[in-house]
Amino acid sequence: MKKLVVLAAALFASVSFASLAEAATDLQMWYHGAGNEVEKKIISQIIDDFNKSQSDWNVKLEQFPQAAYNDSVTAAALAGKLPDILDVDGPNMPNWAWSKYMQPLPLDEALLKNFLPGPIGKWQGKVYSVGLWDAAIAIFARKSVLDENGIRIPTLDKPWSGDEFTAALKKIQASGKFDYPIDMGMAWKGEWYPYAFSPLLQSFGGDIVDRSTYKTAQKALNGPEAVKFGQWWQSIFKDKLAPGTSEDPALRDSGLLNGKFAMSWNGNWAALGALDKFGKDLLFLPAPDFGKGPKIGAASWQFGVSASSKHPDGAAAFIKFAIQDKYLTEFSDGIGLIPSTPEAAKASKNYAPGGAMEVFYGLSAKQGLVRPVTPGYVVESKVFEKAVADIANGADVQQTLDAAADEIDADIKKNDGYGH
Amino acid sequence: MTFPAMSRSVPASRSKLLDANLAGWAMAGPAIALIAVFVIAPFILAFGLSFTNQRLISPNPTQWVGTENFANLLGLGIIPLTPEVDAATGEIKREPSGAPHFPSTRSWTRNNPDHPWFNGMRDWFAVTLGQARYAVVASDVLFMKALVNTVLFVIVVAPTQGGLALLLALLINQKLPGINIFRAIYFMPVVVSIVVVSLLWRFIYSGENGLLNNMLGALTFGAFRPVDWLGEPSTALWAITAMSIWQAVGFHMVIWLSGLQTISPTLYEAAGIEGANHWQMFRYVTWPGLRNTAVLVLVVITMQAFGLFSQIAVMTQGGPTDSTQTVVFQAVERGYGKQDIAGGSAISLVLFLIVLGVSLFQRYLTRERTP
Repeated sequence: MKKLVVLAAALFASVSFASLAEAATDLQMWYHGAGNEVEKKIISQIIDDFNKSQSDWNVKLEQFPQAAYNDSVTAAALAGKLPDILDVDGPNMPNWAWSKYMQPLPLDEALLKNFLPGPIGKWQGKVYSVGLWDAAIAIFARKSVLDENGIRIPTLDKPWSGDEFTAALKKIQASGKFDYPIDMGMAWKGEWYPYAFSPLLQSFGGDIVDRSTYKTAQKALNGPEAVKFGQWWQSIFKDKLAPGTSEDPALRDSGLLNGKFAMSWNGNWAALGALDKFGKDLLFLPAPDFGKGPKIGAASWQFGVSASSKHPDGAAAFIKFAIQDKYLTEFSDGIGLIPSTPEAAKASKNYAPGGAMEVFYGLSAKQGLVRPVTPGYVVESKVFEKAVADIANGADVQQTLDAAADEIDADIKKNDGYGH
Repeated sequence: MTFPAMSRSVPASRSKLLDANLAGWAMAGPAIALIAVFVIAPFILAFGLSFTNQRLISPNPTQWVGTENFANLLGLGIIPLTPEVDAATGEIKREPSGAPHFPSTRSWTRNNPDHPWFNGMRDWFAVTLGQARYAVVASDVLFMKALVNTVLFVIVVAPTQGGLALLLALLINQKLPGINIFRAIYFMPVVVSIVVVSLLWRFIYSGENGLLNNMLGALTFGAFRPVDWLGEPSTALWAITAMSIWQAVGFHMVIWLSGLQTISPTLYEAAGIEGANHWQMFRYVTWPGLRNTAVLVLVVITMQAFGLFSQIAVMTQGGPTDSTQTVVFQAVERGYGKQDIAGGSAISLVLFLIVLGVSLFQRYLTRERTP
């Protein structure tokens, strides 16, 4: 009992002293990267710098594992316990804005004029979130393999056409030196599917949802262009040009490196490992152009202000502080992501002119297309994921896409149009 | 089954229940509260929500939609199709195999104002009878497939798992040295988390370098061609079924064992003296003695099998091409993944009614008949 009294007194004293010592207002911040030491170090550094740079605000970090992050935010929102500063995955932002988890970011847009389009999260004309980095996808290939098979090396200005791409795959298959010519990453279930594969559909001229209204997926997802995509998509698995949905996740990580796959459709986060293995022989090739221009997905994790925050000005001040070029560079050097501005890219190790991954910056700037900007995306992405998995497994293309389009339409209707 | 209390007079039992048993209520209290909060309340909520358009998160108000969710789930239709006729020759168009070529149902089910009932429905399966084909279409083919898969799973698992468990129980119900080691081995899979077991079996079933493929290859001196067990629609559900039977068989073995040990040894001695052989002892002593145990095992396995979820979530996610979709997996996928709490609740309610129906039917079949 006596111990308890002492403890309470000590607690009381420490709390009152702390509040006497600094008049700064606490801001709580949630981050998705728990478990990643490098990320933690950089984000803590930014927070420390910010807290020291002024005396009004004191940011406190709380970290979550990525897999549990979105669930934690949903639960906190239902309980009314959201932090001031939220970390949000780009395509989820409209849903959170619409569900009133987030409020518009009170930030001068002039600060973002040099940014890549991907890291800026906009919903209904207002900026809600800003990212310190973007991610990009490329075809990882080896120059020696392409040369051996007499395949033209595509460039950002002159990417492969769809036919050229398929022909290249068949040539490599005919060489008989690899288990599969390309690995699309079918082992990575979840958001990878819409992130990596919906840009291919868009290059054919289809889309997950009609972006002019966001009220229907008819024609976009089950029109003739989408069916063409579906037939091509099904053919690469039927012809054994790529491993199917039952791919072993371990093989996804090691298949290119140990020579089982000739090429890999993969993100810049995997680039450093491949560079270590193949060095100068490794090429990052742009997405093929299936008719409507080459496309890759854009937008990664971003920062925003929660709707329940009492101090949006403080949260915005922190975000403004965090998007300085030096921090963008630091994140890029630390975990290999693409810095959001050209200045930060120039200063970075990998994306500077002549840097090993410079090409990704060009890919992101030239081919990057954000996923559909709608609160319905959280459902649409799941429907799309199932549809491409089913088509890869041999389901009837038109029927599958019809069903997916119907399901998306029914969901939009159930949500009264998601505010569009 | 009859309760002793029932035979007494009603007022006595009431006073006992309400007044004299305060300590009893206090002890049961925590359990009752927990069950109320975590079982009864969610059940009532699910019942109510399945008649609304409730979303997991949404700024829109919840609306009463009546039975729409159930109509969307259970809507069925039959479309009679006649073979396509070549306009020029008047002959029936044929497939390369010689079978008549039937038109697609797409013109019936998509934007056809003459048939509003079929609108948005999709092909489930078709029956061909001579020159006519009847296409069965459903509003929610996915749910129908999930239902069929779940029922198939139950039909295979219930007798196989129960039978194997009885066999194992008979094997280990002997007084041999070291029999406890076997009991522990058979029971081991039960105490390991189903998620871990599923992960391990994913390696066993792997099409590339799986243990099962390697073993079958070695046994047949390489004549066996590797099968991607979880990647083929024709094998995925059966692979999961086999693994599920193996995983829980130990649990039911223990229940059978407890049943076996309640049978008095004197009955076997008497049967032995009468000259009964092993089969007769099983048929006329053991089996009648296990009657109540059998009912319990059957009902429990059936209920557990209807709830098939973890294996699917870990091993296949319902794929390939819906061959391992199950009802509970669909309920979770819809309610949580697609944020459609109302749709998920409707599925749960349908499942509840099915399981209730099956259980009552089993009770009826295994009722104690008075000769």
